[in-house]
Amino acid sequence: MGKLDKFVEVGRVAFIANGKDSGKVCAIAEIIDQNRVLIDGPCSGVRRQVCDMKRLHLTRFCIDLPHSARTAVVRRKWTAAKLDEKWKETSWAKKLESRRLRTNMSDFDRFKLARAKQ
Amino acid sequence: MAPKAQKKPQGKQMAKSSAPHKPKNSAINASRLMKYSRARIFQRKAAYKVKKVKTPAKKSAEKAAAAAFVVKKIGGDKNGGERKVYKKTPKSLPTQVASRKVQLRPKKTFKKHVRRIRSNLAPGAVLILLAGRHKGKRVVLLKQLESGLLLVTGPRKLNGCPLRRVSQRYVIGTKTRIDISKVALPERLNDAYFRRQRSAKKSAASAGGSADIFAKSDAAYAVSAERREDQAAVDKALMGAIKASGDGPMLRSYLRSLFSIKSGQRPHAMVF
Repeated sequence: MGKLDKFVEVGRVAFIANGKDSGKVCAIAEIIDQNRVLIDGPCSGVRRQVCDMKRLHLTRFCIDLPHSARTAVVRRKWTAAKLDEKWKETSWAKKLESRRLRTNMSDFDRFKLARAKQ
Repeated sequence: MAPKAQKKPQGKQMAKSSAPHKPKNSAINASRLMKYSRARIFQRKAAYKVKKVKTPAKKSAEKAAAAAFVVKKIGGDKNGGERKVYKKTPKSLPTQVASRKVQLRPKKTFKKHVRRIRSNLAPGAVLILLAGRHKGKRVVLLKQLESGLLLVTGPRKLNGCPLRRVSQRYVIGTKTRIDISKVALPERLNDAYFRRQRSAKKSAASAGGSADIFAKSDAAYAVSAERREDQAAVDKALMGAIKASGDGPMLRSYLRSLFSIKSGQRPHAMVF
């Protein structure tokens, strides 16, 4: 049982697990109700939209956002917090990246990998 | 298409047109419909000005028909007096005139078939052969021949696959590319070059039907001198191209190795 430290709050950075924007991170700009939030990820290419909590996986990052902050504000806070770099450094993001590389390996790449492992 | 209309008077000596005309008619959106109807094109080309030349072909056809017969006299009052006898019995003597059905979509002969090539197969691509005696081998695609088959080579030095034709259907195209722009392929590499040779005896037997069917077929296939020559030339150039490419040594061992599906690998989910 994990620690109860990741809260659904305005400013929480979340990872979108399925749908059109799957694989991207965004910030929670507003909480609508028990199940839905308003998300926005201007720096990661996620349009401001309503999202179901079931689609989101919370990360340990949180930025200081006023509720209902507009996209420009989200962008400003996001870049100030250097979230892009912080996200890339997490092992979560690294694992995603290595999985992506692995599935996109060409036959030659697979051969080179097998050779390297020998 | 109808012959180009001659706008200058027929009597004068006409200079040959320097360049071919842009076609006056064109297909709409790659369909079978043309932009201009037949009547319209007749107007556009001023075909009404073209004088019809009587084809002499008819005469020769009649002559040929006449030559096939010999007219012989026969007896009997009411038999008409003579008969036309065939000199050489034709293959078929139809009792009715065969109706000429207009072929709206005539059968296309093999030569006229459209040859397509998969978009990921470009000259220089590394292919994985899936069938035949070289199955599992990784070979280099040189070009697509006129019949639609792909011309590949091992190179023979690396994996023993010679200059060979291969069907697209039995091949996986990988993303790996070798720059073969500097590889000059001999001109004579075409479908006729690779065509399987039927032994003369056998062909005579099938035609005449009188040769000994138990005759032993001639000696096993021997590589011709020109094949060796072409293989050596292409391989040399190709090895140079492989060396020049970024991953030279790795590429060489890659082409030497065989492809196989390992446990847990799912071909439909793999990127080649």
